[in-house]
Amino acid sequence: MFPEFIDTRPLRRAVDEGLNWVVRNWSDELEAAASPLLVLLKAIENLLVAMPWWLIIAILVGIAWLATRRWQLPVVVLASLLFLGVMDLWTDAMTTMALMIAATLTAIVVSIPVGVWMSRSLRVRQLVTPVLDLMQTLPSFVYLIPTVMIFGPGKIPALIATIVYAAPPLVRLSDLGLRTVDPSVMEASRAFGSDPTQRLFGVQIPLALPTILAGINQTTMMALAMVVIASMIGAGGLGYQVLQGIGRLEVSRGLFAGLGIVVLAIVFDRITQSFGKQLQARIGLAEGR
Amino acid sequence: MTDATHNSDSEYAIAMRGVTKIFGERPHAALALLHAGHAKAEVQAQTGNVVGLDDVSLDIARGQIFVVMGLSGSGKSTLIRHVNRLIEPTSGEIVVNGTDVLKMSRDELRRFRRTQVTMVFQKFGLLPHRSVLDNVAYGLEVRGLGRRQRLDGAAKWIETVGLAGYENSRPRQLSGGQQQRVGLARALAMDTDIILMDEAFSALDPLIRSGMQEQLIQLQQELNKTILFITHDFDEALKIGDRIAVLKDGAVQQVGRPEEIVLKPANDHVEEFVRDVNKARAIKVRSIMERGAGEGCAVAVPMEARCEDVLPLFAEHQWVGVADASGQQVGRITAKQVIRALARHTPGSVALPEAPPREPERAQERPIRSPAESGSITAEAG
Repeated sequence: MFPEFIDTRPLRRAVDEGLNWVVRNWSDELEAAASPLLVLLKAIENLLVAMPWWLIIAILVGIAWLATRRWQLPVVVLASLLFLGVMDLWTDAMTTMALMIAATLTAIVVSIPVGVWMSRSLRVRQLVTPVLDLMQTLPSFVYLIPTVMIFGPGKIPALIATIVYAAPPLVRLSDLGLRTVDPSVMEASRAFGSDPTQRLFGVQIPLALPTILAGINQTTMMALAMVVIASMIGAGGLGYQVLQGIGRLEVSRGLFAGLGIVVLAIVFDRITQSFGKQLQARIGLAEGR
Repeated sequence: MTDATHNSDSEYAIAMRGVTKIFGERPHAALALLHAGHAKAEVQAQTGNVVGLDDVSLDIARGQIFVVMGLSGSGKSTLIRHVNRLIEPTSGEIVVNGTDVLKMSRDELRRFRRTQVTMVFQKFGLLPHRSVLDNVAYGLEVRGLGRRQRLDGAAKWIETVGLAGYENSRPRQLSGGQQQRVGLARALAMDTDIILMDEAFSALDPLIRSGMQEQLIQLQQELNKTILFITHDFDEALKIGDRIAVLKDGAVQQVGRPEEIVLKPANDHVEEFVRDVNKARAIKVRSIMERGAGEGCAVAVPMEARCEDVLPLFAEHQWVGVADASGQQVGRITAKQVIRALARHTPGSVALPEAPPREPERAQERPIRSPAESGSITAEAG
């Protein structure tokens, strides 16, 4: 047995009571603060559900074609989406897609500025990196339960949990991409008298964009990885089908809904990756090496 | 520095006074050691700081191509980055176009970089995501010019450097030589009086490099800029330089016209470079000729002729005349004088008597280790 040096019970009690106090006194305010997230999620979800299925398929196939200019990826995307429709998973898939898109958009808005800040200051990087480690390794239930206590079960805690889990790779890759921009190009830009803003938007971000896009790709994948857990607290969608399948020992339901998640992951992974490759070729980082 | 020196500084495009750069944690402790007379190796051993530049004083007159030559690690790239303050010196004074660069605020420094100096880089430093046209227009864009105006300016310079037709290519689609032409056009488009060229041609193939050198000389004749050119290639320095400074371990070894350096290397280090050089190409006949109208000669060469130009003439003639621009003979030369000049620094040569008398101030070598002396160095742009 590890000897007991100090009594940690007061600490535990303080944490529990602190959370209870927050729930009692601040939950309305916090809910109001998080409501823009809910508005965003609802808007995306309503739009996706309201749009006819063929239009969504057409849009995604079109994006796939724009990303690659070849026929292979559009065919894969078409087959994947048809699978979702045929297996009667369409509405659930749209709900899950809405959660993923809302989480990714929020992560982009938050992570890229943080990444920029990190890339400019060693101090900030030293502070933020452990926080990112924590966000990625802390079991999600640990922060899921307090979030549910504050916001009540529903879409907000699900979205917040997804963002917490999915944002770190984008922050890391934004920081990395901005810091590893070819120093000779940066120096040339400085020599011509550019100011920091001109360098950030004219040189750093364009040259870091492939890396940032790889971060967005990671974020979409991590967001999809959270959908089953998120559905436990009311996110609905494909994850809920998986949960029900497990609960009722309906293997087929769990399997097909699970495959639906895989299919969504493949579609978004391939599309974002192709855009990344296209961008790299355009910048000239990939070709000729 | 007295006011008098300040005034004379503004005659020069670039004047550096006692510029010292120490890289490391405690530069000022290292600087104190250096000033106390310790050697660089000693300073490094004691403080862990590296001496990048050691008391460099240079005067660069307007309209010159001034070449700083040195091996890698000699501090030449550090030196050129002090002129536009990409690197901050540990101590010293840098005056460009009469203004003290080190006293500028950030805004003033940016304005200075946008309007007074421009730079060409060894690794080109082009923006890979932009077309050639947008790359050449980059400096003008930073300066805040409108799109139409800057693209017009850029297009003109693209044509000047011979890249017409490549306006919409990306840098990666071009060869190294073409990319450096883009770099050159980008610098020229700024239309500044001063151009800094950091080993601009070192990354290029020999043939391409030679073509670029000729293009630079030709452009310089039209534009008459002040060009500070960094190279590790002594032949390149001789070919394009109006004046050359030889740098070693961050300290200036010798400054002078190419012939001065070839004919009178200041120390063993400079001599090592000179040894491998084609002296017949480096030495102009006028610096070794016998002065005065003298007897008329059957054949004559212009003042700017090099030793290699007159050598074939000695097969037929004892004396070859040297004529000025108007065709008037100003001196003459024999094969013996040429051979003597060429042989003097050839390895293994035995001690030779002094060279024939030359114009005294030309013959003087100019080691400029001490700042006091360097103040007296004047430019002799050709």
